Amino acid sequence: MELLGYGNPARLDATFAALADPTRRAILARLAQGEASVTELARPFAMSQPAISKHLKVLERAGLVSRGKDQQRRPVRVQAQPLAEANAWIEDYRRILEANYRRLDSLLAELQAKP
Amino acid sequence: MKPSDGLTITTPSDREIVTVRALAAPRALVFDCMIRPEFLTRWMLGPDGWTMPVCEFEPRVGGRFRYVWRNADGGEMGMGGVIREFEPPKRIVNTQLFDGDETGGESIVTLTLTEAGGVTLLTTSVLYPSRETRDAMLQSGMADGMEAGYRRMDALLAEMGR
Repeated sequence: MELLGYGNPARLDATFAALADPTRRAILARLAQGEASVTELARPFAMSQPAISKHLKVLERAGLVSRGKDQQRRPVRVQAQPLAEANAWIEDYRRILEANYRRLDSLLAELQAKP
Repeated sequence: MKPSDGLTITTPSDREIVTVRALAAPRALVFDCMIRPEFLTRWMLGPDGWTMPVCEFEPRVGGRFRYVWRNADGGEMGMGGVIREFEPPKRIVNTQLFDGDETGGESIVTLTLTEAGGVTLLTTSVLYPSRETRDAMLQSGMADGMEAGYRRMDALLAEMGR
């Protein structure tokens, strides 16, 4: 199936794979506050800088983060587009299931109203 | 968490989708709605316009279930599986396989119900056989959502054209 308007399916796979790891999600949450160097990113985690760099490479391949040009610091920034695409998928999935649960809300109300 | 908070969806690993929904009813009643066909056929319908002409559920370990949905055009989608764990009113674990899915393989579904202050939290975890199947599931949800949107638009356009 062609996913027009929803970007590249291979990149979506890479996005979901990158998001499946709790450390990488925490890195993205930190970057949502603003750009940071690898040293700054490593600080809150019980992890070496090389371990953090490995996670950053996965995020970078998925297009979720980019590195700045500054040779010394090379700040890491979050890239919004792939996240927005993954979110669009999840939003649509949520809408279908939520329609089911709204019907279940009504049914439960009806069952509890009976004497 | 309360019913009006809606549904939360997380993908805690690359093969899972976990959803949590609060329901304003005691756990035993919610559990009944998960296993009794006369209730399931009232709510487990997916997008607008679908009905559930087949709904069978054997409420015991080793029991089978089978669901078939039909849309207004007569298109059908079916799935079934085997109940692996059955602990009323708090837990059901079952296998799940969509009709015609020879390659994707079985998923494992775990339903967990907890109750606090008259509100039941329903957690549904689906463990797919592969990341590709999991992502395809999210993708089909999107397709169905778009389809429902187009149908509503068709109806609106027809009304405006009168």
